Amino acid sequence: MTTESGKIREQDVRGQHTGMQKPRIDGTLKLTGGADYAVDRNLPNQTYGYPVTSTIARGRLKSLELDEALAMPGVLDIFHHDNFDSLSRSPNSFAEQNLTSEPRLPFEDNEIAYHGQYIAFVVADTFNHARAAAMKVTANYERDDGAITDIKALDSGEGELPGEVQEGDASSRGDPDSTLEAASVKLDQRYSIAQECHAVMEMHASLANWEGDALTIYESSQGVVFQRNALSKIFAMPPEKVTVISHFIGSGFGSKLFMWPHAIMTAVASRRLGRPVKTMLPRSQEFTATGYRPTSLQRVRLGADDSGKLLSIHHDGCNESSPTGKHDDTVSGSTPKMYACDHVAVTNRLVTVNKCPPCPMRAPGEASGSFALETALDELAVQLDMDPLELRKKNFAETDPADGLPWSSNHLIECWDSAAKRFGWDKRQSTPGAMRDGDELIGYGMATQSWEAMRLSSSARVGFRADGSLLVACGTQDIGTGTYTIVAQTASELTGIPIEMIDVQLGDSSLPTGPLSGGSFATATVLPAVAAAVKEALGQLTELATAEGAPFAGVETDTIGLENGELVSGHRRLAVTELLAHNRLGLVDAEASAGPGDEQGQYSFRSFGAVFVEVRWDPEISRLRLARVVSTIDIGRAINPLTARNQVEGGIVMGLGMGLFEQAEFDHSGYPYNANLADYILPVNADIPEIDVELLDYPDYRLNEFGARGVGEIGLTGVAAAISNAVYNATGKRIRDMPISIEKMLTA
Amino acid sequence: MRQFELESVEKVDQAVASQRDQRRDAFVAGGTTLLDLVKLDVMTPERMVDVTHLPLKRIEKLDDGRLKVGALVTNNELAHHELVKRDYAVLSEALLAGASTGLRNLATTAGNVMQRTRCPYYRDPAMPCNRREPGSGCAALDGINRNHAVLGTSNRCIATHPSDMCVGMVAVGATIVVEGPQGSREIPFEDYHLLPGDTPEKEHDLKDGELITHVILDAPRAGGQHYLKLRDRASYEFALASCAAIVELDGDSVASARLALGGVATKPWRAEAAEKALIGQPATRENFERAAEVALADAVAYSHNGYKITLGKQAIVRALRDATARTTATAA
Ligand SMILES: Cc1cc2nc3c(=O)[nH]c(=O)nc-3n(C[C@H](O)[C@H](O)[C@H](O)COP(=O)(O)OP(=O)(O)OC[C@H]3O[C@@H](n4cnc5c(N)ncnc54)[C@H](O)[C@@H]3O)c2cc1C
Repeated sequence: MTTESGKIREQDVRGQHTGMQKPRIDGTLKLTGGADYAVDRNLPNQTYGYPVTSTIARGRLKSLELDEALAMPGVLDIFHHDNFDSLSRSPNSFAEQNLTSEPRLPFEDNEIAYHGQYIAFVVADTFNHARAAAMKVTANYERDDGAITDIKALDSGEGELPGEVQEGDASSRGDPDSTLEAASVKLDQRYSIAQECHAVMEMHASLANWEGDALTIYESSQGVVFQRNALSKIFAMPPEKVTVISHFIGSGFGSKLFMWPHAIMTAVASRRLGRPVKTMLPRSQEFTATGYRPTSLQRVRLGADDSGKLLSIHHDGCNESSPTGKHDDTVSGSTPKMYACDHVAVTNRLVTVNKCPPCPMRAPGEASGSFALETALDELAVQLDMDPLELRKKNFAETDPADGLPWSSNHLIECWDSAAKRFGWDKRQSTPGAMRDGDELIGYGMATQSWEAMRLSSSARVGFRADGSLLVACGTQDIGTGTYTIVAQTASELTGIPIEMIDVQLGDSSLPTGPLSGGSFATATVLPAVAAAVKEALGQLTELATAEGAPFAGVETDTIGLENGELVSGHRRLAVTELLAHNRLGLVDAEASAGPGDEQGQYSFRSFGAVFVEVRWDPEISRLRLARVVSTIDIGRAINPLTARNQVEGGIVMGLGMGLFEQAEFDHSGYPYNANLADYILPVNADIPEIDVELLDYPDYRLNEFGARGVGEIGLTGVAAAISNAVYNATGKRIRDMPISIEKMLTA
Repeated sequence: MRQFELESVEKVDQAVASQRDQRRDAFVAGGTTLLDLVKLDVMTPERMVDVTHLPLKRIEKLDDGRLKVGALVTNNELAHHELVKRDYAVLSEALLAGASTGLRNLATTAGNVMQRTRCPYYRDPAMPCNRREPGSGCAALDGINRNHAVLGTSNRCIATHPSDMCVGMVAVGATIVVEGPQGSREIPFEDYHLLPGDTPEKEHDLKDGELITHVILDAPRAGGQHYLKLRDRASYEFALASCAAIVELDGDSVASARLALGGVATKPWRAEAAEKALIGQPATRENFERAAEVALADAVAYSHNGYKITLGKQAIVRALRDATARTTATAA
């Protein structure tokens, strides 16, 4: 194993089970229907909620006509502005872990800020009764003209982008303005990306149940602790009185990080009716009420010398936000760290539109920002008549160019070279349209991929049981990425107990506090906490084992380790089960926490990769297809290469969606035109070509003892740029507005 | 919750007798259009008549060379039938370009003929739509109309007919057979679907009480055949433009041609003038392009769908080229 990134310390974990391909341990449960997703739960005496949504995009709700709906079979009650509970807003702090997606509470006022806003909530004895009654609620509005849903229409196309620069969203180094002015090679271009929807497989769902003054809510959530804390603030009750459970999640992509109002409506209705209430949002509301990747406008200016050395970078971003909740996507946020360049300025702005709040969507900011920056670099390479890969290599940053810190571990050059070789980049012809196969023009394109490697704090509990099994519990979630599996692998690694004997418990806010499943930081955050808890529990076992009259009495405690579920010291071995039996104990457990330390000020932590794609364009029938993808990624150590590769592949498919298909559309009245999975075009299997993912294996022990940096998001970055760059190579058409639809190709 | 009765019938005359008003009493076959629209509150039948047990599931060759297809033959059965693959390749290809395998296993021949437009404004009762609710207006005219028609539109409706199968049937030529209270009647396929004009709610020539029992395909035409469907993604999407072409050659010239278009028109569209423009002409790219110009000559673009005029022409030229290539292959 390569250990270049830092010497391996005593505690670094070097892999019997971690680093091995391991199919998901919950796979069978999922395939057999045994996994209890939020909506699969049923409680005695349960009722069903169904939201009624606004059919105008801007104005005021004057009145609701409820009589017909109330008289429908099975209807129990209808909640709305005039009869809803008076609640408090959550402080909405990320640091205090109580952020919600839409700070405005349901029915707080009668202002309509977007089409699809909740205006009433019907509860009935069955789902179908609730839905049917919801369709019979009619609303009277005072409609305001001038709903804004298209920020591109606000852009003059020149100079500054529309919107307001947000506090903390402008940074610069050096003297970028005059450097650009003086540069011999210059570029100034605008880019945009249409709004994308998460369109997750499992719809948002809540099942709320009150027992006395305690609330339990089953939710499809990427952050049970955040939701618990937010509900405790909103209902003004102690956090211990709220439990949020999310055992399995059919993906979230960011839309389930921070609670949405349907959970609040569900909890209120349950309290008022004294019965459990279950709400599952219909697919259409997934498109209008639970966030999205905001439309972004970007402007990139580059200054370079004739050799391709970057002299200055300006990257201005702008994203749409909502009257009912602000979301800053900071699309230019990573640019200062990407390439060696002394003069860099970035900004990000927001424009308020008549839509629900945007929220993070897989690789938020960077997925969008990398499109603009990596396309601009391709354009610069054309201007310089230089190979785009060479241009990037020329500007490789040996250290983090934003803060001067050394990288903890950086293998970007190997990513570029290896991916280029696997792809066959040397066969590329730089003249657009020079490569052809029958009716099709072939284009090659590439981009750099990147994602910050974060680590937060987490707690975990580990318990040795008398039957030889091991309990591992953490209040984080598995959103389908394989967290259950890597936690089991890690616990098995550290204790020698076989994976089959490890009982991983996640997705419950009453467990020791764990992180959000987001930001690609769950792996780097949770595994060290598991290790700390194992160590604590081992301490307790050691104490028992070395007590007077115990089997290890007299053995030096610090010589005792764990192997195969046995305490080991020299040649002596003692099965943990035997020790527990000896002491008539059922469980020896311990909770511990772990978090980032001094290394955070000493190194810059970031994952890098390179993506190369081939596109095929049949100009006579305007058909554009992605034909081939190669991505080489350095994420430190992949704890489970099987699921890690899966993450990169999934990210690439999402990048394909951004590049060629995805686009939430709103008409001039603010009407969401394609809020369903037939009209919102996503890649289907037939659109997905062979994807060759190579994971380099350079453990980053500076971030944690497992050397893992996380992998959920990086695969998506750069993909849209690589596609648009390949389209240019195939056709000479430079499409700067994603997705690259047929009509854009026809008019370019 | 809206209640409806469900009745199951075993015989054609029972089915006919059970339907008095098309809006109130709906035949249900595969259900892939109907049940969706019922759930969306777009179709609001009070009774559903399950016709899936009717004996209309056969494909038989008639003595005059035509092929008689039962109304309940599924889209997949039809597409994979030996005679259809051999004699009506363009129809088989059109069917297989539609929906997904799962849907095609449910979708029936008559249901496909009767499928409704996919215009999102039609499918949302909260929005104005003359086709769904006469006189309420057309939200697509000044709304988003990227997927809408450029041929056969009116100022009341610009929605496309979404079917691939029907485009194939227009190309091969067909007759719709219906059974009604007054007995049986035949309708030329091309006359079956109606232009929106001032009455977009009148979508087809089917009277109350009438049931489609068969579609009879014309005797096989000579020549090479091809169906080309253009769309954003590679599968599972309705056509933005499609073309069904049959080209018969006499030497290097076109002896006969059939051209039908989908995705660009308000009904399955026969491009007859373009066919005529081809006949007797050498089968060259220039002539295909000329035919494409003729086919789209009357096209009207709306704010977002102008690209369809180009795309429609491209579909025609390529479909003609590939159909012609197959002619040569067969001859050789
Ligand atoms: C997701 C999706 C994607 C699709 N993609 C495509 C595509 O790409 N291309 C394409 O061409 N189609 C596509 N379709 C449409 C599909 O082809 C139709 O839904 C199907 O053909 C309808 O057949 P059915 O038997 O299910 O009809 P049903 O839903 O049962 O009925 C449809 C209509 O026909 C009437 N009807 C049924 N039988 C008779 C009869 N014997 N006589 C008179 N009236 C009758 C019904 O009353 C109803 O009005 C798609 C559908 C879906 C849901």
